[in-house]
Amino acid sequence: MSTRHDTAAPPEKEGGAAPAARGGAAPPTEAETRRRLRQSRRWQRDVRWSPYAFVSPFFVLFIAFGLFPLIYTGWASLHTVELTAPTDMDWVGLRNYTRIFDDDFFWNAAKNTLTIGIISTVPQLLMAMGLAHILNYKLRASTFYRVAMLAPYATSIAAASLVFVLLFGRDYGMINWALDAVGINPVDWQNDKWPSQIAVSSIIIWRWTGYNTLIYLAAMQAIPQDLYESAALDGASRWQQFLHVTLPSLRPTILFTVVVSTIGASQVFGEPLLFDANKGASGGAEHQFQTLGLYLYEQGWINQHLGRASAIAWTMFLILIIIGIVNYVISRRLRASS
Amino acid sequence: MRARTRTARQAVVLAAVASLGAGLLAGCADDGNSASPSESGGGGGKTTITLGLFGTMGFKEAGLYTEYEKLNPKIKIAENVIERNENYYPALLNHLTTNSGLQDIQAVEVGNIAEIVSTQADKLEDLSKAPGVDKSAFLDWKWAQATTADDKTIALGTDVGPMAICYRKDMFEAAGLPSDRDAVGKLWAGDWNKFVSVGQQYKAKAPKGTTFMDSPGGLLNAILSSEKEKFYDSSGEIIYKTNPAIKAGFDLTAKAAKDGLVGAQTQFQASWDTTIANSKFAAMACPPWMLGYIKGKSKPESAGKWDVAVAPKSGNWGGSFLAVPKSAKHAKEAQALAAWLTAPAQQAKLFAVQGSFPSAQAAYTSPEVTGAKNDMTGSAPIGEIFAEAAKSSPVQVIGPKDQIIQQGLTDNGVILVTKGKSAKEAWETATKTIDNNLEK
Repeated sequence: MSTRHDTAAPPEKEGGAAPAARGGAAPPTEAETRRRLRQSRRWQRDVRWSPYAFVSPFFVLFIAFGLFPLIYTGWASLHTVELTAPTDMDWVGLRNYTRIFDDDFFWNAAKNTLTIGIISTVPQLLMAMGLAHILNYKLRASTFYRVAMLAPYATSIAAASLVFVLLFGRDYGMINWALDAVGINPVDWQNDKWPSQIAVSSIIIWRWTGYNTLIYLAAMQAIPQDLYESAALDGASRWQQFLHVTLPSLRPTILFTVVVSTIGASQVFGEPLLFDANKGASGGAEHQFQTLGLYLYEQGWINQHLGRASAIAWTMFLILIIIGIVNYVISRRLRASS
Repeated sequence: MRARTRTARQAVVLAAVASLGAGLLAGCADDGNSASPSESGGGGGKTTITLGLFGTMGFKEAGLYTEYEKLNPKIKIAENVIERNENYYPALLNHLTTNSGLQDIQAVEVGNIAEIVSTQADKLEDLSKAPGVDKSAFLDWKWAQATTADDKTIALGTDVGPMAICYRKDMFEAAGLPSDRDAVGKLWAGDWNKFVSVGQQYKAKAPKGTTFMDSPGGLLNAILSSEKEKFYDSSGEIIYKTNPAIKAGFDLTAKAAKDGLVGAQTQFQASWDTTIANSKFAAMACPPWMLGYIKGKSKPESAGKWDVAVAPKSGNWGGSFLAVPKSAKHAKEAQALAAWLTAPAQQAKLFAVQGSFPSAQAAYTSPEVTGAKNDMTGSAPIGEIFAEAAKSSPVQVIGPKDQIIQQGLTDNGVILVTKGKSAKEAWETATKTIDNNLEK
């Protein structure tokens, strides 16, 4: 921006590097000084404020689509509001929050979110670790396998869930057909509590394992080869190498995936919504796989209770913050211990 | 760590820039559309009327748009279809409450009409005085459903779903029951209890692996659809828990489910479709549009094996309305089009092509209706049977939250009996769910 040469470098006397300014060393006139001052002020402003202008699109969008909805949701959660008339607000104070305490459906959804989160996240990360370890060996067509890992992640939730719904069908599903072939009684995957949660988790596991595998693989490839060589010289087996070299080096990566997966698990929505036999958001006939995300959606968009839904959203937000703090504390402990 | 945050920030900036760009583009495109509907149509000085519809309503398929454009050379018609009403209706509500983004004509499903009438009437045109509208052509109850307390009719009826019982002649015969439609209708005339006891007779000698009816939800829906008052009384109070007819219908369905007379399916699910294809049940409640559904899901060999008998009590299942928002760009032309599309002659044509049964009773004498046949039911005079059911349907009190209550009773209620719960437990789960959903 400021690249005008006549004012950039001071004019030098004879023998200096820069050419003398035209007109010799005559002192600048009053007008000239004012002009220069003005220009220098403008450049200072430019340097100081332009970066803000350049980042402003993000903040404008953030305010419009992030901050405003957050505040508006908070405001709506203190009122009785229906989606049919969003401008008719009746002030009820914290009633929408206090009633969450004895709302069986909310706590049922919270419990389901937790259990589905555990039975999807734990196997998913363990499998991802194992797969990454295998992919880290020299393999023929390894690029193919690595890309294939991402295929489930690239499929849409809707398509994947619909296929899983067919697989898990009670009367005509392929899984029950296979169980029947080995003499196990058919399982009602949609209507019994644990089978339905396992089925929903399996969709999540299927989608996210490859994604985590690639993250682990990238981290594994950054581990220096000499560590393995010296471990091998010390007589460590493959398994010992994995336990004592790979795992410790992966610790920050594991923490990262755990945090990301926890956040993802607390927001599970699409899979149970599409797995629902009722095509609604009730999460099964007895709400046996209704997650918090589904409950929020049901209250807001099916039942049109905007105020209640907003209170649920804020409660979820607070729960997420608590989870975040717990994660932070644990990760600090772990870092300190290493 | 640092590298990660930097790329994250870059990604955010990129996303921001991209969405900004997309917004600008969208803005331009929108501008081009709204500024000159008359020019964008490509024909000199034509007015484009837009319709917002859900599912396949069949106006286009029946050639009605082309016909109207021929009659009115200055009009062009464009439709904007969203596949499922679950996705269409929340968007429609949003658009109505913010008074923006509305099409010139908006369709409304019967399950939502009460809510629209009671909460959005001031946003919609009163169509009772629109040119070409003849109140007497419509079924009284259909007209009443879209009319407000202060006598404004904010939507015109398209189709209705007069309910009869579709049954499999071959399976009835195999179970030792009569198969002639008059004799079958007499078996259960006037009482749903008789219908269930016919189910007991069927079960005694049923072909292996089949049930009498398709699903608990189907049976409960049929019983409830034939009640004059179900979830709301005429003053608008919610009475679903105290209305003896509801509890009786629920218990009757639960009993049928416990005795194994109905399949354990949820309607319109993939596995329910499979039970149709595999001929796993002998009877189901069916409005005319259901025949099209059966045809779509059946294997070819079941063609002609179905027949239609009168239901124990007449009822209505399904149907839609057309409304014109006051903020529509061409509200006046739209009213004329809505009136024309719902006139008896057009409804009869729609029935011939699409199987949507007319809500204009004046169409019931037209050859399209009296001569109607369906592949699945062979020579059965379905037009006459359904017309009779439509005329004898009760003027049902429908309320704003009917859908939520019915879904609770079905999907969180009677379905549980097929999973081994008692009728009492099922009722408790259902009412608890419904009360939680209704509470503001």
